[in-house]
Amino acid sequence: MSPALHTPRPAPPAEPGAGRGDAVVSVAAQRAEEPLYAHRIKVYPKSVSGRFRQIKWALLGLFLAIYYLVPWLRWDRGPGAPDQAVLIDLPGRRAYFLWIEIWPQEVYYLTGLLVLAALALFLATSLLGRVWCGYACPQTVWTDLYMLVERLVEGDRNARMRLDKMPWSVAKLARKAAKHAIWLGIALATGGAWILYFVDAPRTIGPILQGAADPGIYFFIGLFTVTTYLLAGWAREQVCTYMCPWPRFQSAMLDEHSVIVTYQAWRGEPRGKHKQGTGWEGRGDCIDCTQCVAVCPTGIDIRDGQQLECIGCGLCVDACDGVMDKVGRPPRLITWDTLANQEAKAAGRTQPIRWLRPRILIYLVMIGLVGAVMVAALAMRPTVELSILRDRSPLWIPLADGGLRNAYTIKILNKTWNRQDYRLAIEGLPAARLAVSGADDEQLVVSAQPDAVATYRVFVTVPAGATLPESTPITLAATHLASGEVARHGSVFLAPRP
Amino acid sequence: MPTKIEKDAVTGTMTTGHEWDGIRELNTPLPKWWLWVFYACIAWSLGYFVLYPTLPGVGGWLGWSQRAELADRMAAERARVQPMLDRIRTTAVADIPRSGDLHGFAIAGGRAAFADNCAPCHGAGAAGAKGGFPSLVDDEWIWGGDLDAIGRTIAFGVRSAHADTRQSQMPRFGLDGMLTPAQISDTAEYVLTLSGRAAVPAAAERGRTIFADQCVACHGEAGRGNLELGAPSLADRIWLYGGDKASIERSIASARGGVMPAWSGRLDEATIRMLTLYVHSLGGGR
Repeated sequence: MSPALHTPRPAPPAEPGAGRGDAVVSVAAQRAEEPLYAHRIKVYPKSVSGRFRQIKWALLGLFLAIYYLVPWLRWDRGPGAPDQAVLIDLPGRRAYFLWIEIWPQEVYYLTGLLVLAALALFLATSLLGRVWCGYACPQTVWTDLYMLVERLVEGDRNARMRLDKMPWSVAKLARKAAKHAIWLGIALATGGAWILYFVDAPRTIGPILQGAADPGIYFFIGLFTVTTYLLAGWAREQVCTYMCPWPRFQSAMLDEHSVIVTYQAWRGEPRGKHKQGTGWEGRGDCIDCTQCVAVCPTGIDIRDGQQLECIGCGLCVDACDGVMDKVGRPPRLITWDTLANQEAKAAGRTQPIRWLRPRILIYLVMIGLVGAVMVAALAMRPTVELSILRDRSPLWIPLADGGLRNAYTIKILNKTWNRQDYRLAIEGLPAARLAVSGADDEQLVVSAQPDAVATYRVFVTVPAGATLPESTPITLAATHLASGEVARHGSVFLAPRP
Repeated sequence: MPTKIEKDAVTGTMTTGHEWDGIRELNTPLPKWWLWVFYACIAWSLGYFVLYPTLPGVGGWLGWSQRAELADRMAAERARVQPMLDRIRTTAVADIPRSGDLHGFAIAGGRAAFADNCAPCHGAGAAGAKGGFPSLVDDEWIWGGDLDAIGRTIAFGVRSAHADTRQSQMPRFGLDGMLTPAQISDTAEYVLTLSGRAAVPAAAERGRTIFADQCVACHGEAGRGNLELGAPSLADRIWLYGGDKASIERSIASARGGVMPAWSGRLDEATIRMLTLYVHSLGGGR
């Protein structure tokens, strides 16, 4: 392992005589001496209340509601079509999102959506630091939910630490079992809801609950149950620190004007314990109570400055505000601020937040461009597409009268929910005659079933006597009889060397 | 070379106790869970080793094998398509193209059967091959190109061992001394004119008489052939054994005729019907 990837910070100087026993110590500090394989240093986040905790609860409720309710939304697409608003039908090779239906070859819409999501994430990070990580990431949302369960069953930080140190007893076993049972229940509900995005929810939920659904469904429910349980119950902040690539490069989106969770060192230092009744002259506001470390879900000390593990959730802000209120100092010793403003404040000035910075404008323009391209592509999406597979063997067919024939397999994609008729025509080879295999119809009208691909073999025949180059570009056109919409596809007519 | 494990003064991290050219490595450990995942993988592989066939000749405890799984799946697939095959067997061949899904099934089944059984001689695209393997995609047929004729040819073969085989034999005019080499050459000249090609007029004129005596019975007055006898047309541009004069002379002298096996005993009736429809759909069907 390269030290550059995981740069160990110097451990804070241990104060001689300072009792380490009950002290709240950051994970980084506890990692000073390590064997070849590191034990996870368990984080016991303390419960906290305050504005950012409230925002986190509200968003947690919102995101979980979206996650569990969306599969139940209905959307009428007419007869024969699924009426689930959001559905990824893997066996049917279709994805439905409200009025949009995506065929497998149109998966670039999904790519566009992912590009938009990435750009939005870049924008949010440049503006507000890791708000995604702290508030919206599923890992954060489910970990928060699991921690709530843990707190309700085992108690707050100190109670949990005591419980873990206790020898095994019936009471401890009961509490642990209860916690894991509830966790597994939540995990099961998570995995169970996930599968509903891939099947028709109202029709499948019954068989799923009765044990009569497809084994594949149970496999995926089991898979997502186990991963939810492991990631939110056991792995937690290790997912963010070790597994997730985003913290490794999100610093590229940050600059000194991004609003991030930061400790106002100019105001807090020099820190130290504060006795009630003594003055605040000649010292900082930080009373070194380590509440910011105690509440941190990743177990870091925000006073060490910006670090990889910080998910920007702002719970330390809430914790510190509570303490500042008690000791009668102004709130927001830990706050959301820009590094530029912090530097200015340390020098006695202020630096207003610069929202409109070149990188913000670039992200906005890129979001606008990608969004416009996607909207345009969706709006101009054809309802019929034609593709041609030219026969490779034989390349051409000499006929008895000296004429020449080429054979093609055509596929007509009917993206509507009705049976449609199309008239075929050939362009680019005036002498040629077009015929559909198996059809005597001179009209050359073929049809395609609703939401399906129709396959036909067609023959292009050039009569004897025509001199043709080895390769002649041709175009086949399928005209939708009802609307006049035309789908074209190019190919070539091959002939032996003259 | 091993050195003391000690705390690095700059970073405060322990070293690994190795030194190369004066460079010591910091110990930045992997997380413990990673180690346990590694152990779990080893444990998993042991179970896998025992449960599934691992060593040659030794089956796993589960008794599973790829061959048996393939056989099961093939049997399941056969059972799945059996109703369609039954319908194909009980529907008149000529009616199948008008019955939507059945036709699609028959063409797909015919394509698969063709690739398995017919492609070695007739080519993957049914374009035929040199040496007497006729093209099935053009509009010339030796034994007939309608559904009935194609079906008969597939089922009973050509010059095969089957009792109902398509049978005909052209005389070996040269080898058996029925015509002199000069007469064969004259006949070939005349045959060239049948498909509108230039020939030596005097030789062609002599050949016309020989043709009328020897060939018309099977190949017809104008050389248009006879589907009943499997006598190919000599009046078009398609030649199974080559259309230049030398090739035609050789055909007259030694008489040629390919053999196609009868498939009625090897393929079931539904497959032969699907093959018939597939071959008919390739472009030459009448």
